[in-house]
Amino acid sequence: MKVRIKYFASIREAIGQPGETRETQAGTLAALRDELISAGEPYAHCLARGRAVRMAQNQVMSEETAALVDGAEIAFFPPVTGG
Amino acid sequence: MAHTVPRVSIQTEDFNLGVEIATLRAQDGRVGAVCSFVGTVRDRTSGIAGQIQSMELEHYTGMTEKSIEAMIDAAHARFDIFGARVIHRVGLLQPLDQIVMVAVTSAHRGESFAACEFLMDYLKTQAPFWKKEQTPEGAKWVDARVSDDAALAKWGIAAANGNAT
Repeated sequence: MKVRIKYFASIREAIGQPGETRETQAGTLAALRDELISAGEPYAHCLARGRAVRMAQNQVMSEETAALVDGAEIAFFPPVTGG
Repeated sequence: MAHTVPRVSIQTEDFNLGVEIATLRAQDGRVGAVCSFVGTVRDRTSGIAGQIQSMELEHYTGMTEKSIEAMIDAAHARFDIFGARVIHRVGLLQPLDQIVMVAVTSAHRGESFAACEFLMDYLKTQAPFWKKEQTPEGAKWVDARVSDDAALAKWGIAAANGNAT
């Protein structure tokens, strides 16, 4: 399936672009993250396991266990710091 | 309860609390309490004045508005309030600038106080904004605070904003 991915804040800076469209075999958000980590740098470091990375699917905060929806807008970002 | 103004505004411009409160009250005779919170940019971190030279606020367009709308719905479900308005600024801000405003109306003070705090606690850990401070040592992304997760937890909502994953 195909997903549109957005990156924000420190993760956007590390990846060097605000987003991209990717073809993926991943069934969950966790699997998509792992797929990106496997793609090497710049993904591997900023999305590495053990870092605080939050995810949203179709603009709703989502757990990593959530099933990936075809055509979804996925976002990876660090903990939020508004207010 | 239909408001002609939006409940949520994400904007670069400043806001006027007095004007916003007057609009929110809407000459509604049922309103007996207005509670508001305004967050402002400090000039310091760790107590060192002048440490913050400016602050850049990034946000996730679309999700930000949707998430705060959902928080206001949750506040209405939880508290007996009439209206709520949230304004959050984005872009480049300077020390002393206003960043965020939450205002709530109700018949009695208890519901407004609680709903205002609830909305701020919710926003701090669930609305997609990110602050970057410009300091004499260079630019630095602001770290999430564990205490903000704890603030939301007291409403019975798990935040886990800063958790490693």
